[in-house]
Amino acid sequence: MSVFVYVEDWEGALKKASFEAVSYAKTWADMLSVPVIALVSASANDAATLATYGADEIRTFDAVKSGFGVAEQVSALSQGAKGLVVAGTNFGKTLAPAVAALSGGALSTNTISEPLQSSPLQVKRGAFSSKGIETIELDATFPIISFTPNSIGIQERSASGAVSSVDATGSDLMGLVEKSVTTGKIALPEADVVVSAGRGLKGPENWGMVEELADVLGAATACSKPVSDIGWRPHSEHVGQTGIQVNPNLYIAVGISGAIQHLAGVSASKTIVVVNTDAEAPFFKAADYGIVGDAFEVVPRLVDALRAFKAAQ
Amino acid sequence: MDILVCISHVPDTTAKINFTADGSSLDASGVQFVINPYDEFGLTKALHIKEAQGGTITVLNVGGPETEPTLRKALAIGADKAVRINATPTDAITVAQNIKNHISANAYDLIICGQESIDYNGQQVPAMVAAMLRYPFVNACVGLDLNGSTASTKAEIDGGHASYSNALPMVIGGKKGLVEEKDLRIPNMRGIMSARSKPLSVEDATSGEAPTKSAAFEKPAGKAAVKMVEPDQIDELVRLLNEEAKAI
Repeated sequence: MSVFVYVEDWEGALKKASFEAVSYAKTWADMLSVPVIALVSASANDAATLATYGADEIRTFDAVKSGFGVAEQVSALSQGAKGLVVAGTNFGKTLAPAVAALSGGALSTNTISEPLQSSPLQVKRGAFSSKGIETIELDATFPIISFTPNSIGIQERSASGAVSSVDATGSDLMGLVEKSVTTGKIALPEADVVVSAGRGLKGPENWGMVEELADVLGAATACSKPVSDIGWRPHSEHVGQTGIQVNPNLYIAVGISGAIQHLAGVSASKTIVVVNTDAEAPFFKAADYGIVGDAFEVVPRLVDALRAFKAAQ
Repeated sequence: MDILVCISHVPDTTAKINFTADGSSLDASGVQFVINPYDEFGLTKALHIKEAQGGTITVLNVGGPETEPTLRKALAIGADKAVRINATPTDAITVAQNIKNHISANAYDLIICGQESIDYNGQQVPAMVAAMLRYPFVNACVGLDLNGSTASTKAEIDGGHASYSNALPMVIGGKKGLVEEKDLRIPNMRGIMSARSKPLSVEDATSGEAPTKSAAFEKPAGKAAVKMVEPDQIDELVRLLNEEAKAI
């Protein structure tokens, strides 16, 4: 009897969200006084480092390509488990429901808290596009937690972490043609810092300073819905209720008024900075720090100040 | 081409969300309900497919009678028939089981769902339906082209995109990109009139033991008052972000 955790890698590299997943599993397993077993693709490098975050055992398997196939493998490999933890990445969002459907497990997605209690298991999850928080109770047979990356945090707690390999078969229903990744860019849902801009920037040609600010902070870039609808920026950068929901440590919004649909996608951010010319912009009510000013003056100054700050560190 | 579009009945995106005094459920008083925005992109895509190559579009909702106006709206926009599976949708797996049963009894070539509903944000049902049927599944789908019985799809993955090619039938969890915002349709008078005579059938639900249940709802804690910084005091902002917020 153990808590299992599925660990995702990207082209061999373990994801930050995966360390968070192992940390989550460790906290839960300690409540139940059972060990943590990490399931990781054999293609991942440095699987042994998962011990640093609390994996008592690390089992590698030849992961197939499709979400459904991996779900079959994870279901088979985690039989008899006390529970399963999956990071709510894009892949995790396909995987966890498929595991629940195959195994008859009880699933909480969008989970934003560690277990409030372990029997019966209760956790908090985001609902109504972050306008509400639901406390959900999961049936004890096979509870599965998919959590929102960045919402829990990584903890280092070392465990023995013996590595072994296991076998499981999974079918491949998907005909993958090609994967393309925008290299050098930080994936929005996992970013620690997000710099976002809206119509206040007046045109797509003015995004250079936003990218510069993002660059100084090691941030991902994002935009408001109108900006993606008029094609200034790609849809993949649209954050908000019907776009990507983010919860970084720091969210900087430039020239975004803060419509309720936008706030729904970003309000879980830990610190929010708003720059807007309009002192009445509703976003200021949801912000921690605000500057009423012209983005074209404020952003370059902020870039300079942050460069000086980073240089002094 | 027989297309099933799964529709959720959700509070409007501009709705203020409140819960009942005991925290047990959404306080629906004064809340306007709409077709889930993610599903609306899927419905519009289905209309494009039908207009290009013919076929029928069935819209389906698992819910009580109060969701029928939302199904009628989908009919007014252009769906051919509607099905309401009569159940209170309390958990994803029961909803998925009911949708799966309906699909098994009616052969569809393509099942389009929104990637998530904006009420419970589970992002579970489409993947569950696909897994139960062992159909190919593409989540966060932002592009779909059909060529005979082959579907070429494009999906968002972390940090990029993936393309797939699959034989139908399959399940899609769609979002904006399937069609654009400007492609969305508002029902016109003729659509609204014709929707009245289109079939809306009610099917019995299979009930199962729900593996999850809501214990309580609450609103997120409010923010403390915003601290304003003068635009010529940027160093002060950097200091606050570092020392107070510990964000940099």
